[in-house]
Amino acid sequence: MKLLKLVPADTNIRFLKWRVPFFVTSLLLIAASWALVFVNGLNFGVDFAGGQEVRLTFEEQATAPIPELRELVGGLGYGEPVVQEFGQPNQVSIRVPLPEEVEATPGAATEIGNSVIAAIGEEYPDARTDGNDTVSGKVAGEFRQDAIIALLAAMVAVALYIWIRFEWQFGAGALFALFHDVSLTLGLFALFQLEFSLQIIAAILAIIGYSLNDTIVVFDRIRENLKKYRKMQLPELLDLSINETLARTVMTSLTLLVALLPLLLFGPASLFGLVAAITFGLFVGTYSSVYLASPILIWLGVTSNSFVPQETEADRQERIARGEA
Amino acid sequence: MLDFPFWKKLMLWGITLAAVIAALPSLVSSAGYDWPDALPDPMVNLGLDLAGGSHLLLEGRAEDVRAQQLENMEETVRRVMRNADPRIRIGDVSTRDGQLSFMLSDPSDIDRARSLLEPEIMGDGLTRLWDLEVVDGQRMVLSPTTSGIEERLNDAMESATDVVRRRIDALGTREPTIIRQGDTRIVVQVPGLEDPEALKSLLGQTAKLEFKLVDKDALPSNVQAGIAPPGSQIVPYAPGTDFAGQFEAVERLGGIRGDSLTNAQAGVDPQTNENVVDITFDAQGGARFAKLSTENVGERFAIILDGEVISAPYFRERILGGRAQISGNFTAESANQLAISLNSGALPLELTVIEERTVGPDLGADSIRRGMIAMLIGSLAVIALMIATYGRFGVYATIALVFNVAMLLGIMAILNTTLTLPGIAGFVLTVGAAVDANVLINERIREERKRGRKVVTAVETGYKEASRAIYDANITNFISAVLLGLFGSGPIRGFAVVLILGLFTSVFTALPLTRMWVAGWLRKNRPADITI
Repeated sequence: MKLLKLVPADTNIRFLKWRVPFFVTSLLLIAASWALVFVNGLNFGVDFAGGQEVRLTFEEQATAPIPELRELVGGLGYGEPVVQEFGQPNQVSIRVPLPEEVEATPGAATEIGNSVIAAIGEEYPDARTDGNDTVSGKVAGEFRQDAIIALLAAMVAVALYIWIRFEWQFGAGALFALFHDVSLTLGLFALFQLEFSLQIIAAILAIIGYSLNDTIVVFDRIRENLKKYRKMQLPELLDLSINETLARTVMTSLTLLVALLPLLLFGPASLFGLVAAITFGLFVGTYSSVYLASPILIWLGVTSNSFVPQETEADRQERIARGEA
Repeated sequence: MLDFPFWKKLMLWGITLAAVIAALPSLVSSAGYDWPDALPDPMVNLGLDLAGGSHLLLEGRAEDVRAQQLENMEETVRRVMRNADPRIRIGDVSTRDGQLSFMLSDPSDIDRARSLLEPEIMGDGLTRLWDLEVVDGQRMVLSPTTSGIEERLNDAMESATDVVRRRIDALGTREPTIIRQGDTRIVVQVPGLEDPEALKSLLGQTAKLEFKLVDKDALPSNVQAGIAPPGSQIVPYAPGTDFAGQFEAVERLGGIRGDSLTNAQAGVDPQTNENVVDITFDAQGGARFAKLSTENVGERFAIILDGEVISAPYFRERILGGRAQISGNFTAESANQLAISLNSGALPLELTVIEERTVGPDLGADSIRRGMIAMLIGSLAVIALMIATYGRFGVYATIALVFNVAMLLGIMAILNTTLTLPGIAGFVLTVGAAVDANVLINERIREERKRGRKVVTAVETGYKEASRAIYDANITNFISAVLLGLFGSGPIRGFAVVLILGLFTSVFTALPLTRMWVAGWLRKNRPADITI
């Protein structure tokens, strides 16, 4: 039986030839992402902004009356609501953020929730409430704080682990790659003003996990090759390592993609944001481990002597056995 | 590589089968069949976002506890000074700034007053609840200590949790979860969506019932202007009553509290056809009510619920027997709710809903169905890709994948964890991690074969070299998942739990399990070449 080979057996792509332009582009993208986050802001859902989100199904109408709903809820005096289709055409999600001045008032979010649901129920008796999230300003503030702590703690902790398992240069490279992935994901959400909720934090942490996975596989091969080919120039050695692991990179990314795509296309609407973020992270994570985490090793001066203890007796025996003098 | 001792095989299969069997009850019942009662039934719980239901986070107002504490102390001080022999006269009592202060009319009483108060300011244990200070020789100032406030708040939250539990039980919902969280919070989770509004209004009601005498000397104009005569307080009428928007002046101290009730029942007054709540006092409360009504026949008393007057009738006659009736423009439903609230006791502090998440049962079921379909399609695609790429080794990887999912489900059932919507995404990522491990191994075997190693050595090196990267990757993922679990909230924690458990099952199925199968096959067939 002939087996499928996604990547030819012997690739020799010179990935690192273009490392400077790629690196500069990435730095620009990171800067652009943060600029977007600060200028456009993130479209915080009720988890982080506080307020009320209700999901409705109109049981007797083919399409939900979105403009009318916008006017109805907007007329309640809590500011401009976000009304959008959610899954099917007759399903909507209506979001009313908590006005800043009442953020500290306990029960303000509940009050908004009650009046929004009551007003809609009166006007549209066929609207079935599928879900309803009400988050007070205090809890939303805690969620924001916890999310930032979780992201920073995760990034620092895994970088430390890599530092211990490899060398400090590798830890720094991984940390930078993660910073890139997180920044670009935030930038994407700021650019398209996608709803940023607790689920997206979960997605970003999953991206961190996945991107790191990729980085570690490449790093592991670099370490192995550093011991094996002690005379090889570093850029060349990095290219070799990336090429050697390329088949795995492509295969894993592809399998994860075929697992995620059905979830993106047919999965529940409430999971869309989470899955979309992870899918995006799959691409940036793969890119960053090849083009960011590895070149940093060159600039930070990783050498074959980085891994002390040097060759052990067993290594030497093995090397001789392999016929490499 | 080929050598797999019998005990090791037994252990691997034992663990695998135990976990898979544990998944059976959950699978059977999710397919719509009943699991036999006679068998043990570890189950995966469905989170509220999948099963439908309400999640409420309630927060108690710590100020309420302090205010109550201060009020109780004031009554204690007045009682102690009045009962002293000879009586100690006090004046200029104030409860401003969270402190209780009063003047002694005769400064020479100071030592006597101090020794009388000393036992009152100590708690049950050795903690001092109040600090006592004497200012200017004749003013005594009592301020609550930090540990005193904490102790009272803790007691209040404990009893609030009990009250919440009793009220929710009275609603007849199935399997509610009520957990105290942190210093001032209570989490309430009620599966199934009966009526979240009823639940919320029931919990939002403190149900602090008081009967206080109306101050008959108060000037109506002053009362409406909010000016209270000495010793009285101004209380508004509750919205929805006949006098909504108006005020009543009532005597601040004395009166009877609702905590001496033994029973409350909604009913209809046969004469007026009004919805009312009939209440019964305990012996002590009944006696006090009898005394109050006897001494004040012809006077008005206010029935105050949560700081609002619901009605202010006259004592037409002495009320003995300890039974009374509360009326106040109730609907049948609101009368019933008040009865439930009164029966479950007053909340010692006001609870505010600070987070509410409700999911309708239809949406939950639809989410599961869509999630399952997506997972099925995704898994089939992954399996097809694996087998097309790695042949026999892909088949082993696929079987490992199936065991992985079943084991994960089984372990979740044994630990009785909750599967949430993000948890389904966690399943997908777990499958991804497991696939990656097999890809790493198989690619490595390919490489080693290409370098000209013999089959057995290539397989052995493949497993050995790939393991290192697999362990590193999984440990770092474990670190970030644990942080997610620690800092994440609500449904996100469900995602972290699946991820953490999934890391263990995916490493277990991808490494030792496939290795055992591959070794078995190699030993039996001794192939000179393999297609990979």
